Amino acid sequence: MARTEIPPGPAAVGQRSRRPGRRRRSYAPARATAGSGRLAALLISPTLLVLTVVVLCPTLMALRESLYGPEVLDARTGFFGDTEPFVRLKNYADIFGQGGGRFWNAFRNTTVFTVVTVGLETVAGTAMALIMHKAFRGRGLVRAAVLVPWAVPTAVCALLWRWILNSDGIANAVLGHQILWTAEGVQAKVAVIVVEVWKTAPFIGLLVLAGLQVIPQDVYEAARLDGASPLRQFWHITLPLVKPALLVAMLFRCLGALRMFDLPYILIGARKNSVETLSMLAQNEASNVRFGPAAAYAVLLFLYVFAVALAFVRLLGADLVGDTVPGTSARGRGKRTLSGRRERTS
Amino acid sequence: MWRGWLPFVPYAGVLAVVVYCLAPFYWMLVSSLRRASDLFDTSPLPSPVSLENYQAVLDPAQGFARALLNSLIVAGTTTVLALLLAMCTAYAMARLSFRFKRLILTLIIATSMFPVVSIVIPLLKLFTGIGWINTYQAMIVPSMSFALPLAVWNLTAFFRQMPEELEHAAMVDGCTRGQAFRKVIIPLAAPGILTTAIITFIAAWNEFLIAVSVTNKPQLQTAPVAVSKFVGAQTYETPFGSQMAAGVLITIPLVITVLLFQHRIVTGLAAGAAK
Repeated sequence: MARTEIPPGPAAVGQRSRRPGRRRRSYAPARATAGSGRLAALLISPTLLVLTVVVLCPTLMALRESLYGPEVLDARTGFFGDTEPFVRLKNYADIFGQGGGRFWNAFRNTTVFTVVTVGLETVAGTAMALIMHKAFRGRGLVRAAVLVPWAVPTAVCALLWRWILNSDGIANAVLGHQILWTAEGVQAKVAVIVVEVWKTAPFIGLLVLAGLQVIPQDVYEAARLDGASPLRQFWHITLPLVKPALLVAMLFRCLGALRMFDLPYILIGARKNSVETLSMLAQNEASNVRFGPAAAYAVLLFLYVFAVALAFVRLLGADLVGDTVPGTSARGRGKRTLSGRRERTS
Repeated sequence: MWRGWLPFVPYAGVLAVVVYCLAPFYWMLVSSLRRASDLFDTSPLPSPVSLENYQAVLDPAQGFARALLNSLIVAGTTTVLALLLAMCTAYAMARLSFRFKRLILTLIIATSMFPVVSIVIPLLKLFTGIGWINTYQAMIVPSMSFALPLAVWNLTAFFRQMPEELEHAAMVDGCTRGQAFRKVIIPLAAPGILTTAIITFIAAWNEFLIAVSVTNKPQLQTAPVAVSKFVGAQTYETPFGSQMAAGVLITIPLVITVLLFQHRIVTGLAAGAAK
């Protein structure tokens, strides 16, 4: 899909300032809360209804569809009739049986892209954030520049890089090598990874920068007095304190990378083994009217995404809704982390 | 913590980041302004500057203007619909107390994580059945699946940031809750609503998978799909020049908007992570 991952939105802001408000409400005029349940139902139900129709129903339909085989072509009309055979779990059995080569290749590609790009983006993004944080002059410029890769549509981004990575393009001219970046092979994977990192590392940079800006200076002051080196300060103060921001950013990037579609599709092409992702595989099958297998791939991708999201929230403690207990204040956490106990949030 | 470093090092870093982010974009701009004959030049400035590629893109035969219009219709409608629904929901999330609130908000956010392809495949089959292939609604309806949660999430944060006292004051002065929302909250939240609109619009404008799946007629393709399907005059030759020009045309409105509102957008994107 288009790179439409939700930027870790500002859901959490104001959570802390809300708490006193809630306490106050108990003796606010009764009118402020009267009937708020009914009003809430009225205000929320349209959204829930739309999401049920556009997300929940299709997902259930995909689940059902994945139990049906490919339609049989009606020779008379040239169209596909209502003749999809019910095949139970055959589509899944095929994947885990002998016919699953293409699926497992796509699965491997998806996983490799996700792990490598998110890893590189995290490192590059954090470096960018540190640079932006230290820059006093030119901060506006750099912040504007960083938004450009984010705003370029992925489709355009892929075309642009196809031009740059063209065999007679600027990349080869600069490198002084003749690399066929967009031909099948390892170099195609590298090309996809390079472009993905270019496009999304600045995004992580922005989010980490926001995390950096709320770290109080006196923590560093204290660490300096205790004789901590800059590297130690980074490792034991900066990193643990931006960890919540970084985790949410990484979670969203992971989910974005897991459903990567348009970048390899345009940069390299459809049905290319070296870069075919699960989204591309499922879309390709569906566009060839093999809805059953396509739905099975989509369902497995969905489960994969769900498992990764769950792992982030459960194992790493990524907080999406922003309802953390205010007691675990950033500074308290930093000090504790400094003294060596690092596994707090799991 | 960087005290020992030479003072100019941060500026070198800034320069590196700016070059990293802008160089590819700059190359697209430069290439789009070259003549077809010197497209493969590697000079940093186009000489002579030529609008040949833009003329080729905007040639009615290419149908790119129509694609831009399609994109505008699809992304615009998606944004307006998503914002209307999200404003109500976000207000309830930020201001009202009711049971299962956290659960519902989590569910709404979770829907945005669904891989779009798992929504598109059954919908593609459904749309084929009811004759929605090559229609605007076939692109707008699935786009709500990511636009709506995005808008709800952003707006909830903006509404939460606004002091509750404002509304209470309005209600003490005799406003109903609805009036307080319309006359106090909405005007004050206008910057937040605008930011959310921009972020949602960019997401919808950049959408590719849905648009490429539910259309096969060139007249109904959105700009990102159209540009990916450009064919050159000569077969087997990718028309990089006109692709770059089209890329610039698709991107420039976004880049200008983003630069104009950069401060707000950065705040909007980052507030959640900052906590």
